[in-house]
Amino acid sequence: MATKTDIARQFIEAIPHSKALGMRLTDMGEGTSTIEMPYDEKLVGDPETGVIHGGAVSALMDTCCGAAVMSHPASPGGTATIDLRIDYMRAATPGQSITATAICYHVTRTVAFVRATATDEDTDNPVAAATGAFTVETAR
Amino acid sequence: MKAPRRPPEPVQVIKQRRDATLRALVEGVPYIQYLGMQFERKGDELTGVLPFDQKLIGNPMLPAIHGGVTAAFLEVTAIITLSWTYLWEDVESGAIDTATLEAGGLPRLPKTIDISTDYLRSGLPRDAYARARINRSGRRYASVHVEAWQDNRNRLFAQATGHFLMPQRRE
Repeated sequence: MATKTDIARQFIEAIPHSKALGMRLTDMGEGTSTIEMPYDEKLVGDPETGVIHGGAVSALMDTCCGAAVMSHPASPGGTATIDLRIDYMRAATPGQSITATAICYHVTRTVAFVRATATDEDTDNPVAAATGAFTVETAR
Repeated sequence: MKAPRRPPEPVQVIKQRRDATLRALVEGVPYIQYLGMQFERKGDELTGVLPFDQKLIGNPMLPAIHGGVTAAFLEVTAIITLSWTYLWEDVESGAIDTATLEAGGLPRLPKTIDISTDYLRSGLPRDAYARARINRSGRRYASVHVEAWQDNRNRLFAQATGHFLMPQRRE
């Protein structure tokens, strides 16, 4: 039987841009999600160092936060980003995949609040952190 | 007696230097190429252009541009505009070395400290445009506001404010 995580994985991996970036959903709970994005030379922002562009990290964060909202029991339908702030703490190590973990920590009838962190293989030192607000849409 | 003023450079010489610098900035970054972004220049004014492509979709049902693509588009426009403004004086004076630039010697780029994106409308399957305004640019930090639109300039679909760490000039 397909689990909720399997269905969510298929859904996330069917998003053209997430698919193009090789994103893979590795875990999903009730209001939490973890998505991995492999290192790829086409995502490089600084050719001298080979460091991934912040924009690609934004795409990962946005997808992961949206997945956390959709996985929340109080958010039955789809969702859209209202705002998302990203703090870049350090450059991700070239060659390593980046993993984002998001938690939807509060949901009202209309708004879901989310925070997320992203790390490479050095999981003690986050690469980036995000906080955002997302819409809550009723199931159709 | 005042020294005679240097006659203005021929238009094609200055244009060549401006365009070579902009081209080096934009074509040197793999991720900008991957998104398919371009920049249009009118004097020193830059407009980021993101031609629509299937791989930019985030919601196949609507369809709508991925929120991460929108954020990336705004961030790239901010960084390129910031670098461009930072290099402008050297471009105008001729101090910039366009031969090195064209050989792939990219100038050091500003680094994003943080960026906050507001999603005002869903991004339609259309080309998108963005312009950045530098609200403050100091020796170390800069604050930049970026606006993005599609069909109508005064109906923004997203805006962002970001803070950037400026590259330190080599002494």
